[in-house]
Amino acid sequence: MSTDTSPPIRTRLHKPTLAPSPALGTEPLDVGKAKISVRGLSFFYDGKQALFDNTLDIGEGKVTAFIGPSGCGKSTHIRTYNRMYDLYKGQEAKGEILLDGKNIVGPGTSSLDLRHRVGMIFQKPTPFPMTVFDNVAYGLRLRGKMAKSELEGRVEEALKGAALWEQAKDALHHMGTDLSGGQQQRLCIARAIAVEPEVILMDEPCSALDPIATGKIEELIDGFRDRFTIVIVTHNMQQAARVSDYTAFFYMGKLVEFGDTETIFTMPKQEQTEAYITGRFG
Amino acid sequence: MAQMQSKSRRVNTNRMIIAVSTLAALFGLVMLVWILSDVAIKGMGAINWAFFTELPAPPGEEGGGLANAIVGTLILTVVAAVIAIPFGVMAGTYLAEFGSTTKLGAATRYVADILVSAPSIVIGMFVYLVVVAPSGNFSGMAGAIALAIIMIPVVTRTTEEMLRLVSKEMREAALALGAPYYKMMFGVIYRAAATGMMTGIMLAVARVSGETAPLLFTALNSPYWMESLNEPMANLTVTLFNYAMSPYEDWQTMAWGAAFVITAAILILTVTSRLLLMKRKRT
Repeated sequence: MSTDTSPPIRTRLHKPTLAPSPALGTEPLDVGKAKISVRGLSFFYDGKQALFDNTLDIGEGKVTAFIGPSGCGKSTHIRTYNRMYDLYKGQEAKGEILLDGKNIVGPGTSSLDLRHRVGMIFQKPTPFPMTVFDNVAYGLRLRGKMAKSELEGRVEEALKGAALWEQAKDALHHMGTDLSGGQQQRLCIARAIAVEPEVILMDEPCSALDPIATGKIEELIDGFRDRFTIVIVTHNMQQAARVSDYTAFFYMGKLVEFGDTETIFTMPKQEQTEAYITGRFG
Repeated sequence: MAQMQSKSRRVNTNRMIIAVSTLAALFGLVMLVWILSDVAIKGMGAINWAFFTELPAPPGEEGGGLANAIVGTLILTVVAAVIAIPFGVMAGTYLAEFGSTTKLGAATRYVADILVSAPSIVIGMFVYLVVVAPSGNFSGMAGAIALAIIMIPVVTRTTEEMLRLVSKEMREAALALGAPYYKMMFGVIYRAAATGMMTGIMLAVARVSGETAPLLFTALNSPYWMESLNEPMANLTVTLFNYAMSPYEDWQTMAWGAAFVITAAILILTVTSRLLLMKRKRT
């Protein structure tokens, strides 16, 4: 693998200063009512540490953006919120993630129940090989039997919520895989919101989409504020600035800076954050 | 000047290699067309209504058909598929989902690869020793078991390959909605891999429906209608073998007919599965 032999990212730094993380040992930033409280989160891939003692609060009903260069751990971090890492052997989280005050790390939490409350959107649109209707109904059907009329109502509502109803209403029984890329991603969003999760995780949801499709997704995220708690990983700094209330900057597995988005983008406290958002590295 | 020379030499070598490889390709094509056309022309002569509906006639007697052998081959193939598909699909699922890193997975994959290329006559011998010899008689069931053993590794490996082609994101997306692993497999992953898995199964069926050697030791052959799977069972390939070797001209004609039917059936199966696979790749 070429990634293993490439020089560590630190050498590409404009000014390699590694200031101690301000989040360490201090109180996390006050974000109002916290939906998720992360305390001392570390993460390991086969014993190799990828996250170092992350501590932050995700505000309820807010949009929080995670930014940072590739491999900085932002995706790893977000994937602990729904315990996606459970799927893989050798991946392990330590520390605490409190969802409404209850720790979800370690045994004692059913990842199935957790994922009913915490939905996820992926980088690549992932429509299932079934009709548009069945795609959106998939999560609803997992949660038990439902009258046909209610199911239809909730599918329609979810598609409207994802701004896909106008295009999809006559194509409900066409394959979801036949939609365009942007429509597929909105289908995935409809599928996720159909089950009314409390939190939606978005792992670079627009990086496979063109600017127009991206704009539509950003509009959706904007409209979801207050209804869902949103955490979005993005490589696109303008996107973070446009859609988020709070922004966290990660570097080499550490949370370097966390603050309200305006402050992060106008007056970052850490030199590294400034270097990254002004495009000097990353 | 030297450069010019070496350039013209390169160009000449290039032309020569293209000519030789084109000839080789043509040779292969000619042989194939020759075989297929010979089978089609001579085989069609034997095909009539009686061929599909009547029992074989004794040598020298007019008429007769291979109805019992056609039905026998169908039964053998279907029974073999019924045995092999569940085993193959389950083993392939194990390999793709849980056996990536385990020793059992590695061993299974290795054995399956060996079995795929094992001479089918060896599998016939094995079933003869394990099933036919202890029971004391040739039987359709033994034939179906031999064919199933040939099918299982093919189905196993294609199932594994096709499941691996389903993206990690698709699995994660289903699990992220709160689906338990088995519901993800049945509701989403098998569905995504279905066309490819079907293709693998059809190719496995096509492969065994042309097998002769394993049936010689197991199902043998019979000039009569079968009454159960516990007796020797008529089938097209062994009939073809016997009739083609016989000194009677009308039996030899029948053999051509059998060859034509088998070839056509396998051709249709293979082409259909390729078309399915092409369709899958487009989506």
